[in-house]
Amino acid sequence: MASTGDLEPTHYPARRAAQVALHYLNTHHGSPFRVFGLQQVHKASAEDVEAGGRKYKLDFSVTDWASGSAGPALRCSADVLFPRTERHSAPDVKLRCEALQQINRTAQEEEAFYQKHITPDSAVSARDIPDSYGNMSEEMQPFWRLARVAASFIMLRESSENTEFNMAQVASVTQQESSEEQLMLEFVVLLHDLPSQEIVQWKLLASWSPDRGVRVLQTEWQPRCPHATKPPN
Amino acid sequence: MTLYLAVFALLAAVHCEVLFNGDQVLRIHAESENHIQILKKLERDVDSGLDFWTHAVSTEQPVDIRVPHSSLYAVKDFLKKNNIPFTVIINNVQELLVREREEMVCNAEVERQTRSFNFAAYHDLETIYNFMDTLVASHSKLITKVNIGSTYENRPMYILKFSTGGEKKPAIWIDAGIHAREWISHATAVWLADRIATDFKENRAPVPSILSKMDIYLMIVANPDGYVFTHCSSSEFYRFWRKSRSATSNPKCHGVDLNRNWNAEFGGPGASDDPCAEDYRGPSAQSEIEVKNIADLIMNHGNFKSFMTLHSYMQLLMYPYGYSGTDAPDQTELHDVASQASKALNSWHGTVYKVGSIFHTIEPASGASVDWAYQRGIKYYFAFELRDTGKYGFLLPADQIVSTARETWFALRYIMQYVCDHPY
Repeated sequence: MASTGDLEPTHYPARRAAQVALHYLNTHHGSPFRVFGLQQVHKASAEDVEAGGRKYKLDFSVTDWASGSAGPALRCSADVLFPRTERHSAPDVKLRCEALQQINRTAQEEEAFYQKHITPDSAVSARDIPDSYGNMSEEMQPFWRLARVAASFIMLRESSENTEFNMAQVASVTQQESSEEQLMLEFVVLLHDLPSQEIVQWKLLASWSPDRGVRVLQTEWQPRCPHATKPPN
Repeated sequence: MTLYLAVFALLAAVHCEVLFNGDQVLRIHAESENHIQILKKLERDVDSGLDFWTHAVSTEQPVDIRVPHSSLYAVKDFLKKNNIPFTVIINNVQELLVREREEMVCNAEVERQTRSFNFAAYHDLETIYNFMDTLVASHSKLITKVNIGSTYENRPMYILKFSTGGEKKPAIWIDAGIHAREWISHATAVWLADRIATDFKENRAPVPSILSKMDIYLMIVANPDGYVFTHCSSSEFYRFWRKSRSATSNPKCHGVDLNRNWNAEFGGPGASDDPCAEDYRGPSAQSEIEVKNIADLIMNHGNFKSFMTLHSYMQLLMYPYGYSGTDAPDQTELHDVASQASKALNSWHGTVYKVGSIFHTIEPASGASVDWAYQRGIKYYFAFELRDTGKYGFLLPADQIVSTARETWFALRYIMQYVCDHPY
């Protein structure tokens, strides 16, 4: 069913590969004040490679969700390689985006946010972000973005040509004791997979600081009550 | 007092979980410490299914227990054998709940009629059903509310029929909410109902001319049981519910994906045969009463010229096929119409929708309404995936409802005008 050569940019094979590149972009450049979303795919092609993988070449644009509708679109290109191994292994991404270095506007906000929450008496704890009605407080926005960036590590790792992940909701955020001057946050995130329409739940422990960025230290798949479908891969 | 609190808790539960037909509430009069110990032991047995409304503490206070119908004989026998006196204080819990509920609805209704409807908010099923009645009352010459059958849990399924008269005029079908968690689709349909009615009343083109030649059938909630379930609790298990609420062959998993249950390429790709899956197709085509009710209506009518369905999310405007990547015979025309409609949509707020067949654009899907309608000669089939593209996904903020609805209307209006101008 898969085609080799040029792909229709509006069709799902190109879009799925572009989303994988987005997850990669967010793991490297996401922050409490920056999360990238796909704007559109301009060009795409795919070819089978030796050792049984499939490589997509993409030309696409992204926008920063944190800057709302005012933000400019960034042009990116990526090679996304989906390995075809017996057991699932993460896709490999090579990515170039123009003008990434120029986005430093958020340094002040990041520092202020960091200082506010690195204090020993900061103990942030919240559920359902956003809530059923899409409400999210101003205060929770940077935590939502952090969760989205941390979730990108999982989404990147779990992606294949047959998945298309997005973060549906942050079920909970619980601040842990800071360690090595990193904000430590335990998240439970809900991921939505478009092809299967499944909602998948993951618990994860992430650290962040303006210097070191987001790191994910632990991830744990969670069964959803009342029935547990099997863990992925 | 406690009795009413317990009933109220049950009222909340009854929408969401089980029914209480034939359950009774027994009032136990413990007469000794021994009786108390027996009752405490019974309460600790979590597998018994007994619902202790008050706890066994002393012989001074009665102990009220709701006993499921299936356990009544065994429990009464047990109490008799232990010489523990009891009386039946509620003979049939379900009946009591129905009466209480009717009272609640009544009270709420009075409140509702005195405020104007808030389109910029998500509403529960009751509120939407009341909105329908208010709308019909304000536009009684144009709109009728038709009960097209019941759901699995016995709720009415309503459509709003917009008609200027005539027998079985060529018609346009629009449904929303076939997937329960896609709240923006119901909210958009509510706004659309009001907009169509208002445009007709105020003689705003092209609505009067469309309605002079065609009828519009609008189904705001195609999956009422699922929609109620999504309101049960903020817990993700409820809010992200997609399917119907029917029992399946797996007692732990409920529901069928109503948009994989149609009698078209049933059993094909893009649908699951696992009752626990989100895209479970069901045991057989049209096994779901909700799908059967809609299909029967459309087949019996026999003169629908367009079928449109509202979903979320991804910002896509799509056409047949769902089950196959082959071009539909009307591919070129459908793509043109969809492209023009998406341009019209974009003109309102700059929102970008991508256009293509369901199979290629979102994913292969069999047993979906798209192929069912198209194979029965309804040429102008379009499926909308509304806002957004993933940032909020199913949890689209309410402050985007009206702009989403309005831009969708721009696209719908274009399509309806086109369908009207191209009779077949």
